[in-house]
Amino acid sequence: MPAAGVVMIIAVLGIVLALVYYLVSTIVALRQIADGLDEAIAGVGEIVEKSAPVNEVVTAINEQLDAGVDLLEGLLVKKAGLSDAMGLIDSVYPGAAAAGLRNFPESTSVDAPRIGEVYTRGTLTLARLGREAPIAAASPADQVLRNVEGGSLAARLLYPNVRQTSPENLPNSPVIGTDAPVQYEQRDDIGAPRSRLPVRRT
Amino acid sequence: MTLWWIGDIVLLLVILPVVVYLLRGVLEAARSIVPSVRAISTVAAAGSKDLDAAALLLTTRDQVEQTVSGVANYGGSLDVIVDDAEGQS
Repeated sequence: MPAAGVVMIIAVLGIVLALVYYLVSTIVALRQIADGLDEAIAGVGEIVEKSAPVNEVVTAINEQLDAGVDLLEGLLVKKAGLSDAMGLIDSVYPGAAAAGLRNFPESTSVDAPRIGEVYTRGTLTLARLGREAPIAAASPADQVLRNVEGGSLAARLLYPNVRQTSPENLPNSPVIGTDAPVQYEQRDDIGAPRSRLPVRRT
Repeated sequence: MTLWWIGDIVLLLVILPVVVYLLRGVLEAARSIVPSVRAISTVAAAGSKDLDAAALLLTTRDQVEQTVSGVANYGGSLDVIVDDAEGQS
Protein backbone atom coordinates (compact mmCIF):
# COMPACT_ATOMS: atom_id res chain seq x y z
CA MET A 1 0.00 0.00 0.00
CA PRO A 2 1.34 3.44 -0.81
CA ALA A 3 2.19 5.82 1.99
CA ALA A 4 -0.62 8.19 1.00
CA GLY A 5 -3.14 5.40 1.61
CA VAL A 6 -1.74 4.70 5.05
CA VAL A 7 -1.97 8.38 5.96
CA MET A 8 -5.57 8.52 4.77
CA ILE A 9 -6.50 5.47 6.85
CA ILE A 10 -4.90 7.07 9.90
CA ALA A 11 -6.77 10.32 9.24
CA VAL A 12 -10.08 8.52 8.87
CA LEU A 13 -9.42 6.57 12.07
CA GLY A 14 -8.69 9.84 13.87
CA ILE A 15 -11.94 11.35 12.69
CA VAL A 16 -13.85 8.26 13.78
CA LEU A 17 -12.20 8.28 17.20
CA ALA A 18 -13.00 11.95 17.66
CA LEU A 19 -16.61 11.28 16.66
CA VAL A 20 -16.86 8.40 19.13
CA TYR A 21 -15.35 10.36 22.02
CA TYR A 22 -17.39 13.51 21.61
CA LEU A 23 -20.65 11.77 20.77
CA VAL A 24 -20.38 9.42 23.73
CA SER A 25 -19.60 12.36 26.00
CA THR A 26 -22.59 14.22 24.60
CA ILE A 27 -24.81 11.21 25.19
CA VAL A 28 -23.70 11.04 28.82
CA ALA A 29 -24.43 14.74 29.28
CA LEU A 30 -27.85 14.37 27.67
CA ARG A 31 -28.66 11.48 29.98
CA GLN A 32 -27.80 13.65 32.98
CA ILE A 33 -30.04 16.35 31.58
CA ALA A 34 -32.86 13.86 31.14
CA ASP A 35 -32.49 12.62 34.73
CA GLY A 36 -32.50 16.18 36.06
CA LEU A 37 -35.57 17.05 34.03
CA ASP A 38 -37.34 13.98 35.39
CA GLU A 39 -36.69 15.18 38.95
CA ALA A 40 -37.76 18.70 38.06
CA ILE A 41 -40.96 17.44 36.47
CA ALA A 42 -41.70 15.39 39.58
CA GLY A 43 -41.21 18.46 41.78
CA VAL A 44 -43.36 20.63 39.54
CA GLY A 45 -46.04 17.96 39.57
CA GLU A 46 -46.06 18.00 43.37
CA ILE A 47 -46.31 21.79 43.33
CA VAL A 48 -49.28 21.66 40.99
CA GLU A 49 -50.93 18.95 43.06
CA LYS A 50 -50.42 20.72 46.38
CA SER A 51 -51.45 24.15 45.14
CA ALA A 52 -54.56 22.93 43.33
CA PRO A 53 -57.01 23.42 46.24
CA VAL A 54 -55.43 26.67 47.47
CA ASN A 55 -57.57 28.91 45.27
CA GLU A 56 -60.80 27.30 46.41
CA VAL A 57 -59.83 27.34 50.10
CA VAL A 58 -58.63 30.94 50.06
CA THR A 59 -61.81 31.98 48.27
CA ALA A 60 -63.88 30.26 50.95
CA ILE A 61 -61.87 31.95 53.71
CA ASN A 62 -62.32 35.34 52.08
CA GLU A 63 -66.05 34.77 51.76
CA GLN A 64 -66.28 33.89 55.45
CA LEU A 65 -64.24 36.93 56.46
CA ASP A 66 -66.33 39.15 54.19
CA ALA A 67 -69.45 37.87 55.90
CA GLY A 68 -67.90 38.57 59.29
CA VAL A 69 -66.96 42.12 58.29
CA ASP A 70 -70.43 42.74 56.90
CA LEU A 71 -71.97 41.44 60.09
CA LEU A 72 -69.82 43.48 62.45
CA GLU A 73 -70.08 46.69 60.43
CA GLY A 74 -73.83 46.31 60.09
CA LEU A 75 -74.27 45.56 63.78
CA LEU A 76 -72.12 48.51 64.84
CA VAL A 77 -73.94 50.94 62.59
CA LYS A 78 -77.31 49.54 63.59
CA LYS A 79 -76.64 49.86 67.31
CA ALA A 80 -74.58 53.03 67.46
CA GLY A 81 -75.62 54.84 64.32
CA LEU A 82 -73.20 55.73 61.57
CA SER A 83 -71.89 58.92 63.15
CA ASP A 84 -71.30 57.44 66.61
CA ALA A 85 -69.91 54.26 65.08
CA MET A 86 -67.23 56.23 63.32
CA GLY A 87 -66.52 58.13 66.52
CA LEU A 88 -66.14 54.88 68.44
CA ILE A 89 -63.84 53.43 65.79
CA ASP A 90 -61.72 56.56 65.76
CA SER A 91 -61.50 56.51 69.54
CA VAL A 92 -60.36 52.90 69.75
CA TYR A 93 -58.12 53.09 66.67
CA PRO A 94 -57.15 56.75 66.13
CA GLY A 95 -57.25 57.63 62.45
CA ALA A 96 -59.16 54.52 61.43
CA ALA A 97 -62.34 56.46 60.80
CA ALA A 98 -60.75 58.12 57.79
CA ALA A 99 -60.75 54.79 55.95
CA GLY A 100 -64.48 54.42 56.55
CA LEU A 101 -66.59 51.30 56.56
CA ARG A 102 -66.57 49.03 53.55
CA ASN A 103 -70.33 48.65 53.28
CA PHE A 104 -71.06 52.28 54.11
CA PRO A 105 -69.29 54.51 51.59
CA GLU A 106 -70.83 57.60 53.16
CA SER A 107 -68.95 56.84 56.38
CA THR A 108 -65.84 58.58 55.05
CA SER A 109 -67.67 61.90 54.95
CA VAL A 110 -69.17 61.61 58.44
CA ASP A 111 -68.00 64.12 61.02
CA ALA A 112 -67.05 61.65 63.76
CA PRO A 113 -67.81 62.97 67.27
CA ARG A 114 -65.40 62.74 70.18
CA ILE A 115 -66.44 59.56 71.86
CA GLY A 116 -65.86 60.91 75.36
CA GLU A 117 -68.60 63.46 74.76
CA VAL A 118 -71.09 60.90 73.50
CA TYR A 119 -70.82 57.89 75.74
CA THR A 120 -71.19 57.68 79.48
CA ARG A 121 -68.23 57.43 81.81
CA GLY A 122 -69.01 53.77 82.52
CA THR A 123 -68.87 52.84 78.86
CA LEU A 124 -65.63 54.72 78.46
CA THR A 125 -64.16 53.00 81.52
CA LEU A 126 -65.03 49.56 80.19
CA ALA A 127 -63.52 50.41 76.84
CA ARG A 128 -60.32 51.60 78.50
CA LEU A 129 -60.00 48.53 80.65
CA GLY A 130 -60.47 46.23 77.70
CA ARG A 131 -58.17 47.96 75.30
CA GLU A 132 -55.14 48.91 77.38
CA ALA A 133 -56.47 52.43 77.47
CA PRO A 134 -56.04 53.57 73.86
CA ILE A 135 -59.07 55.78 74.32
CA ALA A 136 -57.20 57.65 77.00
CA ALA A 137 -54.60 58.52 74.40
CA ALA A 138 -57.36 59.78 72.15
CA SER A 139 -58.97 61.67 75.03
CA PRO A 140 -56.18 63.72 76.61
CA ALA A 141 -58.64 65.71 78.66
CA ASP A 142 -59.15 62.82 81.06
CA GLN A 143 -56.65 60.78 83.04
CA VAL A 144 -55.81 57.19 82.28
CA LEU A 145 -57.95 54.98 84.45
CA ARG A 146 -55.73 51.95 84.16
CA ASN A 147 -52.06 52.63 84.74
CA VAL A 148 -50.31 49.55 83.40
CA GLU A 149 -46.87 50.41 84.80
CA GLY A 150 -48.08 51.52 88.23
CA GLY A 151 -50.99 49.16 88.49
CA SER A 152 -49.31 46.90 91.05
CA LEU A 153 -48.45 49.78 93.42
CA ALA A 154 -51.95 51.17 93.13
CA ALA A 155 -53.35 47.81 94.17
CA ARG A 156 -50.96 47.52 97.14
CA LEU A 157 -51.96 50.92 98.46
CA LEU A 158 -55.40 49.49 99.15
CA TYR A 159 -54.01 47.33 102.02
CA PRO A 160 -52.75 48.58 105.45
CA ASN A 161 -49.11 47.53 105.22
CA VAL A 162 -46.13 49.57 106.42
CA ARG A 163 -43.85 48.10 103.78
CA GLN A 164 -45.57 50.03 101.02
CA THR A 165 -44.40 53.27 102.70
CA SER A 166 -40.74 52.14 102.33
CA PRO A 167 -39.65 52.91 105.98
CA GLU A 168 -35.95 53.01 106.87
CA ASN A 169 -36.28 50.35 109.61
CA LEU A 170 -38.79 47.63 109.98
CA PRO A 171 -39.54 45.86 113.32
CA ASN A 172 -37.21 42.93 114.00
CA SER A 173 -38.47 39.43 113.75
CA PRO A 174 -39.31 37.83 117.19
CA VAL A 175 -36.52 35.76 118.83
CA ILE A 176 -37.44 32.27 119.94
CA GLY A 177 -35.61 29.61 122.01
CA THR A 178 -34.07 29.39 125.49
CA ASP A 179 -32.02 32.55 124.92
CA ALA A 180 -35.00 34.55 123.81
CA PRO A 181 -35.50 37.84 125.71
CA VAL A 182 -39.15 36.98 126.19
CA GLN A 183 -39.84 33.58 127.75
CA TYR A 184 -43.28 32.13 127.72
CA GLU A 185 -44.42 29.87 130.56
CA GLN A 186 -45.31 26.28 129.77
CA ARG A 187 -48.96 25.46 129.87
CA ASP A 188 -50.00 23.46 132.93
CA ASP A 189 -52.66 21.44 131.19
CA ILE A 190 -50.28 19.72 128.78
CA GLY A 191 -50.11 16.02 129.75
CA ALA A 192 -52.92 16.35 132.29
CA PRO A 193 -56.22 14.44 131.98
CA ARG A 194 -58.77 16.04 129.77
CA SER A 195 -61.13 18.32 131.56
CA ARG A 196 -63.73 17.78 128.87
CA LEU A 197 -64.19 14.44 127.17
CA PRO A 198 -65.14 14.32 123.47
CA VAL A 199 -68.74 13.56 122.66
CA ARG A 200 -69.39 9.95 121.62
CA ARG A 201 -71.80 9.06 118.91
CA THR A 202 -74.51 6.62 119.81
CA MET B 1 -0.73 10.12 -6.32
CA THR B 2 -0.47 13.86 -5.91
CA LEU B 3 -4.22 14.18 -5.57
CA TRP B 4 -4.14 11.46 -2.96
CA TRP B 5 -1.65 13.42 -0.91
CA ILE B 6 -3.69 16.56 -1.31
CA GLY B 7 -6.71 14.63 -0.07
CA ASP B 8 -4.76 13.44 2.96
CA ILE B 9 -3.64 16.97 3.79
CA VAL B 10 -7.19 18.31 3.46
CA LEU B 11 -8.46 15.48 5.61
CA LEU B 12 -5.93 16.07 8.36
CA LEU B 13 -5.73 19.84 8.32
CA VAL B 14 -9.29 20.85 7.48
CA ILE B 15 -11.90 18.15 7.98
CA LEU B 16 -10.57 16.69 11.22
CA PRO B 17 -10.21 20.09 13.01
CA VAL B 18 -13.64 21.17 11.82
CA VAL B 19 -15.21 17.94 13.05
CA VAL B 20 -13.46 18.23 16.41
CA TYR B 21 -14.45 21.89 16.76
CA LEU B 22 -18.11 21.23 16.04
CA LEU B 23 -18.33 18.19 18.29
CA ARG B 24 -16.61 19.99 21.14
CA GLY B 25 -19.11 22.83 20.82
CA VAL B 26 -22.01 20.41 21.05
CA LEU B 27 -20.45 18.69 24.07
CA GLU B 28 -19.79 21.94 25.94
CA ALA B 29 -23.33 23.13 25.27
CA ALA B 30 -24.75 19.89 26.60
CA ARG B 31 -22.55 19.99 29.68
CA SER B 32 -23.49 23.59 30.39
CA ILE B 33 -27.15 22.59 30.60
CA VAL B 34 -26.57 19.96 33.32
CA PRO B 35 -26.00 22.39 36.26
CA SER B 36 -29.01 24.46 35.25
CA VAL B 37 -31.23 21.41 35.13
CA ARG B 38 -29.98 20.27 38.53
CA ALA B 39 -30.66 23.73 39.97
CA ILE B 40 -34.18 23.65 38.53
CA SER B 41 -34.71 20.23 40.06
CA THR B 42 -33.53 21.44 43.48
CA VAL B 43 -35.75 24.52 43.32
CA ALA B 44 -38.75 22.46 42.29
CA ALA B 45 -38.19 20.08 45.20
CA ALA B 46 -37.82 23.00 47.62
CA GLY B 47 -40.96 24.64 46.24
CA SER B 48 -42.88 21.44 46.66
CA LYS B 49 -41.66 21.17 50.25
CA ASP B 50 -42.67 24.76 50.95
CA LEU B 51 -46.19 23.93 49.87
CA ASP B 52 -46.52 21.21 52.50
CA ALA B 53 -48.17 23.82 54.73
CA ALA B 54 -50.84 24.46 52.10
CA ALA B 55 -52.83 21.59 53.57
CA LEU B 56 -53.16 23.61 56.78
CA LEU B 57 -55.35 26.04 54.85
CA LEU B 58 -58.15 23.52 55.29
CA THR B 59 -57.74 23.86 59.06
CA THR B 60 -57.62 27.63 58.69
CA ARG B 61 -60.82 27.57 56.68
CA ASP B 62 -62.58 25.47 59.31
CA GLN B 63 -61.38 27.72 62.11
CA VAL B 64 -62.45 30.83 60.22
CA GLU B 65 -65.88 29.31 59.71
CA GLN B 66 -66.16 28.51 63.42
CA THR B 67 -64.93 31.98 64.38
CA VAL B 68 -67.33 33.76 62.06
CA SER B 69 -70.11 31.51 63.31
CA GLY B 70 -69.27 32.47 66.89
CA VAL B 71 -69.14 36.14 65.96
CA ALA B 72 -72.51 35.79 64.25
CA ASN B 73 -74.01 34.20 67.34
CA TYR B 74 -72.48 36.88 69.54
CA GLY B 75 -73.72 39.61 67.22
CA GLY B 76 -77.16 38.10 67.16
CA SER B 77 -77.25 38.13 70.94
CA LEU B 78 -76.08 41.74 71.03
CA ASP B 79 -78.73 42.61 68.47
CA VAL B 80 -81.33 41.26 70.86
CA ILE B 81 -80.11 42.78 74.12
CA VAL B 82 -78.84 46.15 72.89
CA ASP B 83 -81.24 48.75 71.63
CA ASP B 84 -80.86 50.10 68.14
CA ALA B 85 -79.64 53.60 67.59
CA GLU B 86 -82.19 56.29 67.08
CA GLY B 87 -83.64 56.18 63.61
CA GLN B 88 -82.26 52.70 62.94
CA SER B 89 -85.31 50.66 64.03
